[in-house]
Amino acid sequence: MTIFYTYFLSLPFAAAIEPHLPILQVVVPLLCAPICVLLRDAKLSWLWATIVTWITFFIALVLLGKVLASGLIIYELGSWPAPWGIEYRIDAANALVLVIVTAIAAITLPYAKVSVEKEVARPRIYLFYLMYMLCMTGLLGITTTADAFNLFVFLEISSLSSYVLISLGGNRRALTASYRYLIMGTLGATFYIIGVGMMYMMTGSLNMADLATLLPAVDHTRTVLAAFAFVVIGLGLKLAMFPLHTWLPNAYAFAPSAVTVFLASTATKVAIYALLRLVFTVFGGTDLFASTDISLMLIIVALIGMFAGAFVAIFQTDVKRMLAYSSVSQVGYMVLGIGMATAAGLTGGIVHLFNHAVMKGAAFMAVGAMFYVIGSVRLNDLAGIGKRMPVTTAVFLVAGLSLIGTPLTVGFISKWQLVQASLALGWWYVAAGILLSSLLAIVYVWRVVEVAYLKAPPEGAARRSEAPLSMLVPMIVLAAATVWFGIDGDTTLRIAGEAANALMGPASGGKP
Amino acid sequence: MMHRKVVLRVVSKFLIPPILLFALYVQFHGDFGPGGGFQAGVIFGSGFILYAILFGVETVKRVLPPWSTRLLLVVGVLTYGLTGVAGLILGGNYLDYNVLAHDPLHGQHYGILIVELGVGITVAASMITIFNVFAGQSGGD
Repeated sequence: MTIFYTYFLSLPFAAAIEPHLPILQVVVPLLCAPICVLLRDAKLSWLWATIVTWITFFIALVLLGKVLASGLIIYELGSWPAPWGIEYRIDAANALVLVIVTAIAAITLPYAKVSVEKEVARPRIYLFYLMYMLCMTGLLGITTTADAFNLFVFLEISSLSSYVLISLGGNRRALTASYRYLIMGTLGATFYIIGVGMMYMMTGSLNMADLATLLPAVDHTRTVLAAFAFVVIGLGLKLAMFPLHTWLPNAYAFAPSAVTVFLASTATKVAIYALLRLVFTVFGGTDLFASTDISLMLIIVALIGMFAGAFVAIFQTDVKRMLAYSSVSQVGYMVLGIGMATAAGLTGGIVHLFNHAVMKGAAFMAVGAMFYVIGSVRLNDLAGIGKRMPVTTAVFLVAGLSLIGTPLTVGFISKWQLVQASLALGWWYVAAGILLSSLLAIVYVWRVVEVAYLKAPPEGAARRSEAPLSMLVPMIVLAAATVWFGIDGDTTLRIAGEAANALMGPASGGKP
Repeated sequence: MMHRKVVLRVVSKFLIPPILLFALYVQFHGDFGPGGGFQAGVIFGSGFILYAILFGVETVKRVLPPWSTRLLLVVGVLTYGLTGVAGLILGGNYLDYNVLAHDPLHGQHYGILIVELGVGITVAASMITIFNVFAGQSGGD
């Protein structure tokens, strides 16, 4: 990762730009998004969005390299010092999330071009790319900011744009799915802001580091306890924590394919990061995590979510919905890591952020490509798809194996880490839960594989009709990443470990 | 169309200019008194919306066609954002107004005025756009 940082320093003007990278990470897509309205043309907007997104990806890589090389980065907006002004703080935890978001955004855009042209009405395509960039801005803003209220603003930017993105889906049911997400998402954001308001009432501060030092003095009050509950539930809605996940399956199933890829790999991950940041940095100094049963609650909710999500996924006939329910199940693993509240458990949860983004991205890309070619992703219509679209189906197979947690894929790395973490705590039943829920994943992945490879294609279907190259290359890249980071888990585990330390350790990114 | 509501039509014609003027007052007096871009934008937009309610959306669209409100949406956001970038280019941090003029105090004044103007333009344009889209279903594109 430090390669990108050293390469960046060799560029012209690097010294002048370098201190401003944290803000450029957010402002570049924010200011480039409205340009799409001036371009209006579908192809030009796509090209513009692609260029901008890849630049943002590069910035994220440079930032991660810089953080790994020299530690915490602080940026003061408007040069106002911290408790008064808004500041951005980047440590290993959010630098990793920045890379996840921008990497998925960058790799989805080449894939999106033909898919969006098919699924979105042509006059609206420029709006699609505008909203795509705004959504990315919101997600990046949530990740970089060190101000609890600023986080809410970016939460709304990303949420509002994702409602629009989902509603652009071809099926009319996309509108109700989007509306449902709007109601639930707004409730979540409202809960979060109520929590922030209560914290502000007790401390008079919105800066996360400042809150972390001020909250312990008042942590016995009911107001702070209520604030903690509001924040956890509000963010729980956004990250689709069971049983607050009901908006997710339809939103993912009816959104345009490219949107599903992007949101499934990034939106819930960023919400989980926000929860981590609030729980471990802002409330890190208080003993709320230890004195309340929040840890137990998170573990129970995570375990139920892991099983319920996977169980419902088994009975889905629409593969996109199946993968959406699988996401509910996979979110459970990440929440499990948070609930353990040990460095090893958090490392497992954080590494699963990255790993799940990669494998679910690949899976949804494969399903989106099938939808592009045969116009349906119902199980019955996918008969013999393994012969008709061999590469796409192979990508799905790799992603599916990773969802199960087969060795040599990324899914194994994170599940292994979580099993080890739960055994270290002596929670053998949690470890058993992780393994048993993986068995359920085998069932739903097998249902697709069986239909794809063992059933004959329907009469009169084209013998070989692979997706276009612009869709194949991104999904092959993600499938390759699934295997690569599955074999070489050290890099991601090391970064996730540093992220966990940054969140939990005394020298954390949030605390002074 | 409300041809027969003479009182409403006449009174609104009297009221709309002061509404727009008051919006500008709220806009540019915002750094000394209550007000600012958001409130001003809403007031400015409501002037146009009042006119549209009484005289029809099509009449308003002759003054402000859909493309122009969309352009204004962009102009407002970019005004805000590029002011921040200007601070960055002039050697400060993003949104640092001190460097916008020789005297930091003047810089702060310029900065907040321009930024609030951007907010006002965007809010007014989005109010009008949202109203037009809902009122005239064809106003979408």
